[in-house]
Amino acid sequence: MHYLDIIFRSIFLENLPLSFFLGMCTFLAISRKVKTAFGLGTAVLAILAIATPINNLILNHLLKPGAMAWAGQPDLDLTFLGLLTYIAIIAAIVQVMEMAIDRYLPALYNSLGIYLPLLTVNCAILGGVLFMVERDYSLGESAAYGIGAGAGFFLAVVALAGIREKLEYANPPPGLRGLGQTFIVAGLMAMAFMGLAGMEL
Amino acid sequence: MAESNRELLTRSILRRNPIALLVLGICSALAVTGQMATAVVMAICVTLVTAFSSLIISIVRFQIPSTVRIGIQITVIATLVILVDQILKAFYFDLAKQLSIYVGLIITNCIVMGRAEGFAMSNPPLASFVDGIGNGLGYGFILVVVSFIRELFGSGSVFGVEILPLTTSGGWYVRNGLLILPASAFFLIALIIWVLRTIDPSQQEKD
Repeated sequence: MHYLDIIFRSIFLENLPLSFFLGMCTFLAISRKVKTAFGLGTAVLAILAIATPINNLILNHLLKPGAMAWAGQPDLDLTFLGLLTYIAIIAAIVQVMEMAIDRYLPALYNSLGIYLPLLTVNCAILGGVLFMVERDYSLGESAAYGIGAGAGFFLAVVALAGIREKLEYANPPPGLRGLGQTFIVAGLMAMAFMGLAGMEL
Repeated sequence: MAESNRELLTRSILRRNPIALLVLGICSALAVTGQMATAVVMAICVTLVTAFSSLIISIVRFQIPSTVRIGIQITVIATLVILVDQILKAFYFDLAKQLSIYVGLIITNCIVMGRAEGFAMSNPPLASFVDGIGNGLGYGFILVVVSFIRELFGSGSVFGVEILPLTTSGGWYVRNGLLILPASAFFLIALIIWVLRTIDPSQQEKD
């Protein structure tokens, strides 16, 4: 039940793009078509679900104060190296994902284009990992959090793409066209998601 | 160089604002704008990191093999961010707590990466440094505007100093609850984009 609660919270209440504004660049840029949004959402979900527990292991067994006791260094505190380590791990996972998608799903690879390597610098992924560190999750909790946060991003990006496809037929003022109206739609979605606040499992 | 250093510094603030026109680095821009203090600190951090990462990358740009350049850029940026993070934690612990994970997220701020890859890799160190400061200021400009509106009308204060006395503490101003919510940042940025693009129609998107 505890794990379900973490998943539920991270999908709806603490949705990464809509309540913490993480992963905005890709969120806005890739949400033109539902199909590509679907692919990108899946990639983010997969990377978050893998990267969060792996970084949790690294944090607890290499970086935390006293974690290096097995190497004869019980006083060593390497947490200041955290940021550098997390981003390196994420970059490695993204690289592997990219090669796998290129090999097995070439159509998706072409449609994601430059955004696939850019997932390394996607704040949603580093943000998910940093939230895991800040909240001191255990291994199981961080796996649940990774899946939930990824699913939240997936849901938000696909929903936004659906709305934007419908908006193609709208006629906004010229200055608001494109980016401006997307921001307003995202704001309305954020408010809609907030309507779920207060629900608990 | 066709553009003077002054031009490099000022063009990013309005004409080529990284947030409003190039859609870079929005993530943190929205999240820290609830209060002016956090927004200003964040703007300073990003300006410093962008300027110095551009400077360093520009100095070593002939030594970087192009196949691993992203990795090297990330390493330089992450090192600078760790420095900023440690300094904040050591001297301004309360602010560091409020900014929570967003200091660490400067690493993945697309402005920093974007300037490193798009400008510093092909320009001399001084110009890159100035360009980094300019982009940081352009980012800071939006942050300060949004946070000013949010804090003034949402909590009736500026930098935590009460300007509009709230009804909750016996004053006359009824606070605007919407502006405290994260969603309001979306609307404010949309309005800023609208204004900037109406002033400069060449930035408008075509269908």
